[in-house]
Amino acid sequence: MSKIFAQGLVCPLDKNNVDTDQIIPKQFLTSVSRDGFAEAMFFDWRYLADGSPNPDFVINKPEYAGASILLTRANFGCGSSREHAPWAIQQYGFNVIIAESFADIFFNNSVNNGMLLIQLSKTNIDFLFNRCQQGPQQWQIDLASQEIMFGNNAALGFKIDADIKQRLLSGLDFIGSSEQLNTQISDFEQSRKASQPWLG
Amino acid sequence: MAKTIYQKIYASHVVGKLNPSTDLLFVDRHLIHEVTSPQAFSGLKMAQRTVRRPDLTFATMDHNVSTQRRSMDAAGETSRKQLEALAANCSENDIPLLDLTHPDQGIVHVIGPEQGLTQPGMIIVCGDSHTSTHGAFGALAFGIGTSEVEHVLATQTLPQQQAKTLKVEINGELSAHVTPKDVIMAVIAKLGTAGGNGYVAEFSGSAIEAMSMEGRMTLCNMSIEMGAKAGLIAPDETTFAYLKGKAHAPQEQYWDAAVAYWQSLYSDADAVFDKQVAIDASSITPQITWGTNPEQVIAVDQSVPSPASFSDATKRDAAERALAYMGLEPGQKLADCKVDVVFIGSCTNSRIEDLRAAASVVKGQQVAAGVRALVVPGSGIVKRQAEDEGLADIFKAAGFEWREPGCSMCLGMNDDRVAAGERCASTSNRNFEGRQGRGARTHLVSPAMAAAAAIAGKFVNIAAQAPAAATVAGEQA
Repeated sequence: MSKIFAQGLVCPLDKNNVDTDQIIPKQFLTSVSRDGFAEAMFFDWRYLADGSPNPDFVINKPEYAGASILLTRANFGCGSSREHAPWAIQQYGFNVIIAESFADIFFNNSVNNGMLLIQLSKTNIDFLFNRCQQGPQQWQIDLASQEIMFGNNAALGFKIDADIKQRLLSGLDFIGSSEQLNTQISDFEQSRKASQPWLG
Repeated sequence: MAKTIYQKIYASHVVGKLNPSTDLLFVDRHLIHEVTSPQAFSGLKMAQRTVRRPDLTFATMDHNVSTQRRSMDAAGETSRKQLEALAANCSENDIPLLDLTHPDQGIVHVIGPEQGLTQPGMIIVCGDSHTSTHGAFGALAFGIGTSEVEHVLATQTLPQQQAKTLKVEINGELSAHVTPKDVIMAVIAKLGTAGGNGYVAEFSGSAIEAMSMEGRMTLCNMSIEMGAKAGLIAPDETTFAYLKGKAHAPQEQYWDAAVAYWQSLYSDADAVFDKQVAIDASSITPQITWGTNPEQVIAVDQSVPSPASFSDATKRDAAERALAYMGLEPGQKLADCKVDVVFIGSCTNSRIEDLRAAASVVKGQQVAAGVRALVVPGSGIVKRQAEDEGLADIFKAAGFEWREPGCSMCLGMNDDRVAAGERCASTSNRNFEGRQGRGARTHLVSPAMAAAAAIAGKFVNIAAQAPAAATVAGEQA
């Protein structure tokens, strides 16, 4: 079975411990909307103090314009729980992030927005960064077969939690699937009230 | 089978299974604030869903508020809109809210415990990563994103998978001037910023048992800075004594039953942890961050490390970038660096014991020329108590600004920011690039260390100072 989840240009962000304050700084968190964060992504790295694009930042390099797969290093998304971070990354155009590891809250937030986060060993991440050094890369991500495909039949497999894979493939409604257990939730509330009445 | 506290709490909250690896867990307390909730309420409304348990939901205004005056528009137009959205959402859904006019308003992780909303054995969530603070009470408390906030509002539950367990054991006695802040910074330095990813950490040992509830909150607060999903501590007499009589604590007729349940919340002696680490409390000295992530920590009398001293290429690279951003040289002593700003506050260190410790250092002295210093109490209750105890007068007489409660300069969402290139001694929890303002250079320290830096105009080793300060702090605490 094959199911191409994403395909496109890869942008290599060669940094460890990219925190959510870097992904989207605080001044953009006062919005009450879920949209409009694309321009804020990596703001302090992406723009110079005068507001012009920083030509040295990888996202701004012309060869990575239009990238849709973000390749990075360890502990990506650490820090604040702000979901504005995955919103900004997704609204910019990335729907896949490949990294050595992710911070837990950022990982959940991204999955809840339908993004695919792929975790690979350091050796494999090094291998992917090496590929990027050879020139701009166009990859396909097959979620069904769990493979990153480089073209010419070359591919690298990845692991993914079965539940997350199912959610991404079927597009299940996050809240709707829990509401299927509404009767059990009511039962739980009843027994909780009886055994621990102080909880309300 | 033997269980850890985490596993006991997890098991007792399973509503049902969503699939073989994912359980639906019931949430006992949902804390919300203005920044991470508006999109959740919009989503709820769009899907024509309602708030299932407004009685288990509690709101405060903290991230975005001005700490200079109690007005909704004091921190700007977009902030005002966000605060108004929270007020409207709470009013439409019957959710209790500590708004700016309420005398007890404050930082969500300060007011939860103060109001007795935080109790042992609970699952507590909030759209804020420092929700781990509430683990100090033996609750399973963790930060969530806005989609999850919406999920909890709608169902009072959250899908979860079992995390791994990490035991952090700290035995022995802390030296004078060494605080829970120094302890957690030493733990993070040892485990690294990602050392806790995928784990729930349990802190135990004689040093933890000896800590006050406020100290335990500081400790659990920064569990997230090593990536842990949550940090928690077994509840004990200290916990029960703290909760007794709090506004939302179990009422008198239920108190004994509640305590009996809470006393069952310990890790069984033969419970197996996936990872263990032990630290000797007496080996910990006052800590300070030198870099741009919370594992880049040294004892205050040590020199700034050279990138070459890291065998790991990743850490070497991070050190190089951090030194450039922080404007520091390898081998330099932080005591030689001039401090421009001092911030005493945040959900880590804005409680009464923190303010007492800082005031005992400041008493009778003056903030150094050229230093801007502010104290931002964590809540209205802390503020009033500090004023009653004369601490506010000590700070004001020394030249500190005495502010209204809020998150303030920890993340600079309001107008409390550190300017580019300025060096800040901060009692907050994150020294990330740009966290306190673009180009701001943050050094995380304990309240006493921050206070000492304000007086000296540079960092000092509080442990090497005259012992008088410690005596005062000890007596008051």
